Amino acid sequence: MQRHIRFKFLLILAVTLACIFGIIGFPKNMTELVENWHKNIHLGLDLRGGTYLVVQVQQQDAFNADAGARADALKEAMRKAAVQFNDVDVQDAHTFQDATHVAILVRGVPATQSGTFRGIVGEQFSAWQLQPQNATDYRLTMRPTEALKLWQNVLAQTKNTMDKKINALGLSEASVQQRREDADSQLLVQMPGVDDPGRVKQILQTAAVLDLYDVKAGPFAGRDEALAQNGGILPPGTKLIGQPADPNQRAGGVYVVTRTAVVRGPDIRDASPEPGQLPGQWNTKFVLSQDAGRRFESYTGSHVGQRLAIVLDGRVIEAPVIKSQIRDEGVIEGQGTEQNAADLSLNLKAGSLPAGVIFLQESTVGPSLGADSIRDGFAAGIAGVLAVVVAMLIYYKKSGINATLALVLNAVILIACLSWFDAVLTLPGIAGIILTIGMAVDSNVLIFERIREELRAGKAVIPAVDTGFNKAFLTIIDTHITTVVSCAILFAFGSGPVKGFAVTLVIGLIANLFTAVFVSKVIFDWELSRPQPVTALSI
Amino acid sequence: MEIFKQTNFDFLGKKWPFITLSLLLTAAGLISLAVKGGPKYGIDFTGGALMDVKFQKRPSAEAIRSALHKSIPGEIEVQEISGTQEVFISTGLNGRSDQVLQDVRGRMVSSLNTAFNPNQGDKLDINTAGQSALADRLRDPLAQAGVGLTDDQVNDLTKQITTFRDTPPRSGLIQNLDQLSGVPGMNPKILNVIKQQCYGGAFTVRNVQVVGPKIGADLRRQAIEVVLWALAAMLVYIAFRFEWIYGVAAVIAVFHDTIITIGLFSLFNKPVDLTVIAALLTLVGYSMNDTIVTFDRVRENLRLQMRGSFRDIVNRSINQTLSRTVLTSGLTFLTAISLYLFGGQVLNGFSFALVVGIIVGTYSSIFIASPILIFWKDLVEKRNRRTGSGVRTAPVAEPQVRPAVSAGKGVARPVR
Repeated sequence: MQRHIRFKFLLILAVTLACIFGIIGFPKNMTELVENWHKNIHLGLDLRGGTYLVVQVQQQDAFNADAGARADALKEAMRKAAVQFNDVDVQDAHTFQDATHVAILVRGVPATQSGTFRGIVGEQFSAWQLQPQNATDYRLTMRPTEALKLWQNVLAQTKNTMDKKINALGLSEASVQQRREDADSQLLVQMPGVDDPGRVKQILQTAAVLDLYDVKAGPFAGRDEALAQNGGILPPGTKLIGQPADPNQRAGGVYVVTRTAVVRGPDIRDASPEPGQLPGQWNTKFVLSQDAGRRFESYTGSHVGQRLAIVLDGRVIEAPVIKSQIRDEGVIEGQGTEQNAADLSLNLKAGSLPAGVIFLQESTVGPSLGADSIRDGFAAGIAGVLAVVVAMLIYYKKSGINATLALVLNAVILIACLSWFDAVLTLPGIAGIILTIGMAVDSNVLIFERIREELRAGKAVIPAVDTGFNKAFLTIIDTHITTVVSCAILFAFGSGPVKGFAVTLVIGLIANLFTAVFVSKVIFDWELSRPQPVTALSI
Repeated sequence: MEIFKQTNFDFLGKKWPFITLSLLLTAAGLISLAVKGGPKYGIDFTGGALMDVKFQKRPSAEAIRSALHKSIPGEIEVQEISGTQEVFISTGLNGRSDQVLQDVRGRMVSSLNTAFNPNQGDKLDINTAGQSALADRLRDPLAQAGVGLTDDQVNDLTKQITTFRDTPPRSGLIQNLDQLSGVPGMNPKILNVIKQQCYGGAFTVRNVQVVGPKIGADLRRQAIEVVLWALAAMLVYIAFRFEWIYGVAAVIAVFHDTIITIGLFSLFNKPVDLTVIAALLTLVGYSMNDTIVTFDRVRENLRLQMRGSFRDIVNRSINQTLSRTVLTSGLTFLTAISLYLFGGQVLNGFSFALVVGIIVGTYSSIFIASPILIFWKDLVEKRNRRTGSGVRTAPVAEPQVRPAVSAGKGVARPVR
């Protein structure tokens, strides 16, 4: 009997020590202890302050762009093969749900040439499915497998770019994740401790697509004027960019440019802010990759005296005249404050987003509120636990110590498990802990009341304790399993906060089965195992 | 110490006043819900924006509303948090353009700035500035003033300043820049530069929640679904461990608690948000626990073949577990009430739901779940007597199981 207890006692000791180690490690002094605590216990954004964003990736942007490029390529291929057609048009998708339904419409292919046309599509556009609308018109839609590939690519690339942006901002603890498994194309950005969420949002949202175009004509005051100058139709291989001239803005105007850019965003190797000519006015300098640099050098060499349009996210920033051959550097002027210029260079370096993003949800808990919540929550927790302990000691006298030990050990195990699983403690998690404490107290009360009943029925102390534990155990098992069953459902189908609740509760309940039933019993056994017979129990 | 030794209250004889009270509470809640068109959901469920703004000295709600009126379309609700200088400013964004949603925070802050921080020139508001903005602002002036600090040191200093600002008792607001002399590493020269460059603004934004309407609706649907599934799972488990009517009774009792709590939220005009859902889950767990403890005792007593009707057995079981019920509820109530009193505003809705839930949850096991059980058993018995079939003569689960209660050990045995 004695050895049995000693073995159990050692087991409990080992568990306790392992848990304490899990929470605070081996601290040499107080500061290290606090440090380890902070390292092991991860508080959620709602408790410590920070920003949480749900980002919707506008998949249709990428699909429309892809369809546009393919439509151009198709026209080119048909011209080459001398296939006649009236026009090739893209039917844009307008929402992200529709993105995969983007279509290319080809009209006016003579029935005699349909074989050749089909041949071209089959060979060079295998990602697209051809549906004849009538004898001369066709509709091309993306094959589902290809659409899925593009969809996932866009999502992954957006996630990557955002990751880079966040890292560049020095937000080491921040993370970008896909929000759900299903294809809703949402990303979750979590940024603990960030204190300027407005700026971060701005940076995340900037697509940062930098294009350098060869200007064929311009600037014009507006689109109509630009078209009129060219006799109503644009020369082949060109397009219009820019916005109508605004007398207040330096860089207004519409330009006719080559359809494909000389240099595109991904060609940028480095970017940095630099002071402009006016005080307080900053510019952003960029350096091109080697490959793009060579292209740029030969282009600027052969186009001296002509204009080059610098276009950022569809806006013409400026269109300077090329004065001499430029190797691989450029400057985007007029970025305002140093921070703006720095933000733009950060965005250029991180690379462009393949599609636009909008924010569906923002939750920012300011650092001061976070600090207050932690303080208040801590105070409330201590007050609550103290009240419970005092009440138990008064009500159950010495046996109350038993219950208190079990309760404290339960809390220690629970916190240690959270630390081992790298779980994040959020407000719903605290709800789970509170219910755990409630049920742990209940287990102790159930057991003690049973023991009292048995004693009242006239049993001796040792059988009374044994029976009390055994009978209460049945009840405890039922209440615990019921709760675990419901937690399993909450975990399987719930979203973030509900999951957090379920996880802490399940851990707490398992810990409670150990502490309230096993540990508490061992302590009783130990007390009752003294050589002289025990005739009364302090309960 | 013992409160109840061996009680024998006739709980079930007095059930009607309580059931009436329950019905009244439920009806009051349901009517309030019906009149107000469903619960007042928090913005995480409806979509919209909610900002917690702390002022040095709180302006009137009307002043805040009129300051925001121009930049934010739609209704603006300003709720003062009693005992503090804080307000919750909320606006629903239903049907409004995405554009507003993207920048509602920026718009609100700049409008508040115009209204409550007038005539500060181009000085930086130290109460709304982030650490990096503050560092950018101070770096050059510090160098010009002859304070030799490296960039890293400037970053450290500004981090100290923002941390100092955000910890209690300042909790986000520097009232007077001289307070900053308490910051580690501060000296009069630096303080002077800060005074030239910054001012302590009238407010700080402590919390911002912006939720698009679609995601809100999604969250709401998901939360309700998952709670219903969890209830169903508990019903199945209890039905498996006891009898199906026990599961039904327990789930009805829990449902009753939830309805009353949500009804009270509606009556007190408190918003139901994700935190409150967490609290509801807690109270469902708690109430279920309570009910099962009672049912467990009923099952045990039935197996002991106690004398008396089913109703007497249930009543006796309630009495036997009464001391445990009161004690557990009392102790958990202590935790909940301390959370309500000291837990701070973030936990306010949460702890309110817990306080209500513990009271209702305890009482529903006795006055809702148990009467349902008895009502059903009576019904079955009556029907059996009428039809004369003896299929279910006694509500006893398995009369052949006769445990030897007086034996010290081995009482615990698997059920069924």
